[in-house]
Amino acid sequence: MSSWVISGIKTGIKSTHYPEEQEIRSGVSPGLPVTGSAEGRTPEICPTGALVVTEGRIGVDYRKCIHCFRCVRAENTAPLDWHQSYEWAARTDAEPPALDTRMFGRSLHVLVVDAGDCSACLSEITQLNGPYYNLHRLGFFITPTPRSADLLLVVGPATDQMRVALKQAYDAMPTPKRVVAVGVCAISGGVFGPSFIAGSGAADVVPVDVLVPGCPPPPLAILHGLLVAVGLKPPAVITSPPALAKQTEVSL
Amino acid sequence: MILANLLQEADLRWPDKVRARGDTCLQARGCEIECSPGVVAELCGWLFSERGYCFATLIAEERASQWELRYVWYGNGDQGVIHIVTRQPLAEQAFASLIGHVHAVDWNEREAEDLFGLTFTGHPRLGDFVLHDDRWNREVTPMRKHVDGSAPLVRLLPEREWKPLLVLNAPGAFAMPIGPIYAGVAESALFLLETQGEDVVRCLPRLFYKYRGIEKIAEGHTATHALLLAERCNGTSAFAHGLAYCQAAEAICRAKVPGRAQVLRVLLAELERFRHHTAAIREICESTGLPVGTSEASILEEELLSLSCRFTGHRYLFGLHTIGGLTRNFEVGDCLQMLEAAQDILGRLEELEKMLRYSNSFLDRIEEVGGVSYDDAREFGLVGPIARASGVDRDVRKMQPYAGYGDFSFEVPQEKAGDGYARLRVLFSEARQSVGLIQQAVNALPDGPVRAEIVNLTPGAALGWAEAPRGATFHWLRIGDDLTVARYRLATPSFLNWNGFHLATENFAFQDFPIIMATFGLSVAESDR
Repeated sequence: MSSWVISGIKTGIKSTHYPEEQEIRSGVSPGLPVTGSAEGRTPEICPTGALVVTEGRIGVDYRKCIHCFRCVRAENTAPLDWHQSYEWAARTDAEPPALDTRMFGRSLHVLVVDAGDCSACLSEITQLNGPYYNLHRLGFFITPTPRSADLLLVVGPATDQMRVALKQAYDAMPTPKRVVAVGVCAISGGVFGPSFIAGSGAADVVPVDVLVPGCPPPPLAILHGLLVAVGLKPPAVITSPPALAKQTEVSL
Repeated sequence: MILANLLQEADLRWPDKVRARGDTCLQARGCEIECSPGVVAELCGWLFSERGYCFATLIAEERASQWELRYVWYGNGDQGVIHIVTRQPLAEQAFASLIGHVHAVDWNEREAEDLFGLTFTGHPRLGDFVLHDDRWNREVTPMRKHVDGSAPLVRLLPEREWKPLLVLNAPGAFAMPIGPIYAGVAESALFLLETQGEDVVRCLPRLFYKYRGIEKIAEGHTATHALLLAERCNGTSAFAHGLAYCQAAEAICRAKVPGRAQVLRVLLAELERFRHHTAAIREICESTGLPVGTSEASILEEELLSLSCRFTGHRYLFGLHTIGGLTRNFEVGDCLQMLEAAQDILGRLEELEKMLRYSNSFLDRIEEVGGVSYDDAREFGLVGPIARASGVDRDVRKMQPYAGYGDFSFEVPQEKAGDGYARLRVLFSEARQSVGLIQQAVNALPDGPVRAEIVNLTPGAALGWAEAPRGATFHWLRIGDDLTVARYRLATPSFLNWNGFHLATENFAFQDFPIIMATFGLSVAESDR
């Protein structure tokens, strides 16, 4: 048994210093495309319609971007600019204020509900619980039961047969409570919805407060989403440029 | 030669009822055998028990005026891939069930019954499968052509409450429900464990809470759009599924994939397998309550994820496939760097393996737990590491090589014991083989483009396959005359393997259940699609 202890000590501390410091290790995020001139670029290349042209510029709606890289790797069109960031979480329009962390004494319990994800989002949440991202050091804990949960993390497009369970889990949570939609599927249905069986995201079933775009969002983006939900980090804007958010409200 | 003999014998046994066709849609070493509905069961049973073929999938298709049922079988090398096809008019919806001859078709038939409204006479357990009886009326058949996949279905009220059929009749017996939402970060599925106290007597998995209807929503889209769905049927084995899909599309349009792309596909697929197996090992450590082991494996998993991201741009290898090759090239220098990092991670994984091998408390939990016998594994048509841990030598990389696999030497690790520990050993050995394959691929990387110059999609149909980290996957693609997807069938390893999951859980204690589940390492998303 002592060999495990020695092995643990030998490995040392691996945890990131985010949010105190920015994470500089490479490979923590796939990045996202950012707005740029529309010249020589074809917005039609985007399979989910995340690229919108306004006044000679291409804007990106992160509620739909699924990291297919077609806007940067397609032939015969100038690639879009790509930004290696990870602080992507945004607030929805009609939302109550962030949960007050003082009230929770740095102990916020998170329930994770899979409403039809492809398992990539869940895998990233699992990483969040691992040594590199170590959710616990920030006072977040993953809880097995809705009865002791303050925050609901939803992944997946809210498939028809998960709706009842998702609603019941949300209803069973005590107030105050907040919902974070993780991944493009949970925000807009992604490639799956809306369809005959999948919805257009978790907002169909439960009121969503924070959106974490990405397909899947990397662990740091999900962590940013949790920090936005408790008001410890300012939110990002869901589109690039930010002004686009208002315009696309209707089309979504 | 083997195929010719096989066809001759089939013709002798069932004269005038069986007809071989040299269908243009089939790749080399494949053949299509057309037969009347009456002899399908016998013919398939003969292929399975006497000729040793493995069952891949059942593809139901609603063609212009008739049903077309396609049972796909595959064997070693020259045995090829055989499609048994039977047709009957649309008005006749009853087919004979194969379940008496080939148990592996069980779930395939239940799925076709739910989604197409077909009936399989002789099948003991139809209904409440993909579409749950307490949510959907039995009249709803979403895969039929007249149903619009983009709009919500008209919800007829379900006829009944769902009441599981419980078989245990003893004092104090009860069914313990686990799911669909349960502890921790877990995929949604329901397991009913029938018990009299300590031991699980019967395990009844109820899946498809996550049914996303990928096969339906792909219809009417372009083949390049459906590729996104193929990748996202399971995010943790996206590359393998994308590969199988692209190979189907490439077979239809006869695209010539450049050699460099073929070798890079091997390299990337093995990187994905390495990462998947590391994650599976982490899950096994976690289920047995071994926090240091879990953390060590988790560190390696994260390092492989960020390595994948540095190397390809995406942590789960999304967006690399295109019909006819890859979307981006990789420099030799980058490949060498990636190889070096992968070898370093493998070294540490092997250290973890040594530590686990000498941890009695860990071994006690997985040794002789969750056993699946060779006969059961074959009978239920299990695939992937689970089958190989039970002594079933089944790997489509060897049996029907694709991409660049034919040119590389590697072993398919096998164990005989069939228990949880055997499955863990297979995972470790396969991770080693994967890194070996990455090394060979980097050393043998030919020059040239990574994308076929001309890819002209034409109407037609073809089957593509790949050995995904969890086992063989088969993608059947039919492109219609309007050049959109007319039928897309996704046969995944998890779908086949969940069918045999209960074999491992029954007659074990409650507390072994999460461990058995972890050693199976199945994905619900991959099964539910």
